Amino acid sequence: MDSALLDALRLIATADGELLAIVGNSIVFSLTSTAICALIGVPIGVLLVFGRFRGRRGIVAAMHTLMSLPTVVVGLLVYSVLSRSGPLGQLGLLFTPAAIVTGQAVLAFPIVTSLVYGAVATVDDSLRETLLTLGSSPPRVVWKTLLEARVGIATAVLSGFGRVVGEVGVSMMLGGNIRGYTRTMTTALALETQRGAFSFALSLGVVLLVLALSVNLMLNLLVHRGAR
Amino acid sequence: MGRCRDSVVKRTAAILVLALFGLGPLLAAGTDEADTGDPIRLRLATTTSTENSGLLAELLPPFEAASGAIVDVVAVGTGAALELGRNGDVDLVMVHAPELERAFVEQGYGVERVGFMYNDFVVLGPADDPAGIAGSTDAAAAFAAIATSGATFISRGDNSGTHAKERSVWERADLEPAGSWYREVGQGMGAVLTIADNEQAYTLADRGTFLAFRGQIELAVLVEGDPLLFNPYAVISVNPEVHSHVQRDLAQALIDYLVSDAGQRIIAEYRVQGEQLFTPDA
Repeated sequence: MDSALLDALRLIATADGELLAIVGNSIVFSLTSTAICALIGVPIGVLLVFGRFRGRRGIVAAMHTLMSLPTVVVGLLVYSVLSRSGPLGQLGLLFTPAAIVTGQAVLAFPIVTSLVYGAVATVDDSLRETLLTLGSSPPRVVWKTLLEARVGIATAVLSGFGRVVGEVGVSMMLGGNIRGYTRTMTTALALETQRGAFSFALSLGVVLLVLALSVNLMLNLLVHRGAR
Repeated sequence: MGRCRDSVVKRTAAILVLALFGLGPLLAAGTDEADTGDPIRLRLATTTSTENSGLLAELLPPFEAASGAIVDVVAVGTGAALELGRNGDVDLVMVHAPELERAFVEQGYGVERVGFMYNDFVVLGPADDPAGIAGSTDAAAAFAAIATSGATFISRGDNSGTHAKERSVWERADLEPAGSWYREVGQGMGAVLTIADNEQAYTLADRGTFLAFRGQIELAVLVEGDPLLFNPYAVISVNPEVHSHVQRDLAQALIDYLVSDAGQRIIAEYRVQGEQLFTPDA
């Protein structure tokens, strides 16, 4: 196993082509799904704080609950929608990068939305009241509150990224682990372990670990900055 | 906030939720169509043991070069591969469980079962062989001896081709395996070999995966050569009458290539650690 670890480090150091392609896939898919999530989840999280509509509490509770969606369940649900026998089957999206991105977006959506809601809702009420007293328009009040909550919002988005970059269930079931097309770090890791190529699997593991840890490090730094 | 604003908020929320579940894939599909320079992709569902053997990486590139199409290989268990075919999610399947394949064709999901190569299964176990089966060529008798000895047996338990074969051996031995010695782990062949090695247990494996793992595990081949352990591979094109979108002609071109002299020669010449893994038989 020692030599496998050495081989793994050599693969990383020499920037092995296949390794780079897989790492690239992972990052592109995860960034895309996180971006989609941010575009939709951040406004919804904000709406859930400022909006006054029926079912708001229910949605907030649902989002909180769905944060722990198991990846394989998301994979299975989205599979049943995207399969040729499913409602969106004619789009032919199963086993494409788009399918992975869709699944990952569904997975991270409740996380991003919930955390954005939490960040915005916990901004001190006196800020809003003060601004309103000073005659600020409602859009301006929302904007100032968002600025105040920016660290929390960034944390929400990073958490979404952290969730999707390390997941294997969605990528495997919806992407199919197709070489050079939908193979990601996690699915490749599963495959290479299966076929006994431990060095390659380990090198992927090292990259994945570094990536996941740096996201957490950034999270910590942000939270720390926010606390100051 | 006024009533008017409430309804705006409500409508916006509804649109955003719809957008997440609808627009995402649509947008992505749009970008796919934009890249019209993309090659045609043929989808092949196959088994993990086939993919893990490394054969397809040798066998498919000449076909891709000649046809200009890219073959997307999705590796799952045999049962799952056939299910993908049933749902129309792939254009053809390459599997190794004759009974399941025949049912697949008879139910109308597959056009025709085309056999094109075979290898064999081997019974693996620890070197000290507590069940005393080493050297036997009777897989059913060996399984019976393992059951009697109470030594641990690791089963795939995942409805794969290997799992189907294992069950047929138990059936031949007239045994229903159950008890703490019989562990269904529900994982792929590689994981099962690693587990069996750690537990110093018996297991059934396809020869290809065993050879790939030989340097890393201590398990030895104890039983081989029983005709029951024969492992035939077939390709089946998904029936366009059931799923009109499948690429029947391209799938047939791949099947024709697999049974052609060129395809069969690559199969015969493929080696792992100096050993031939598959024998062409088209």
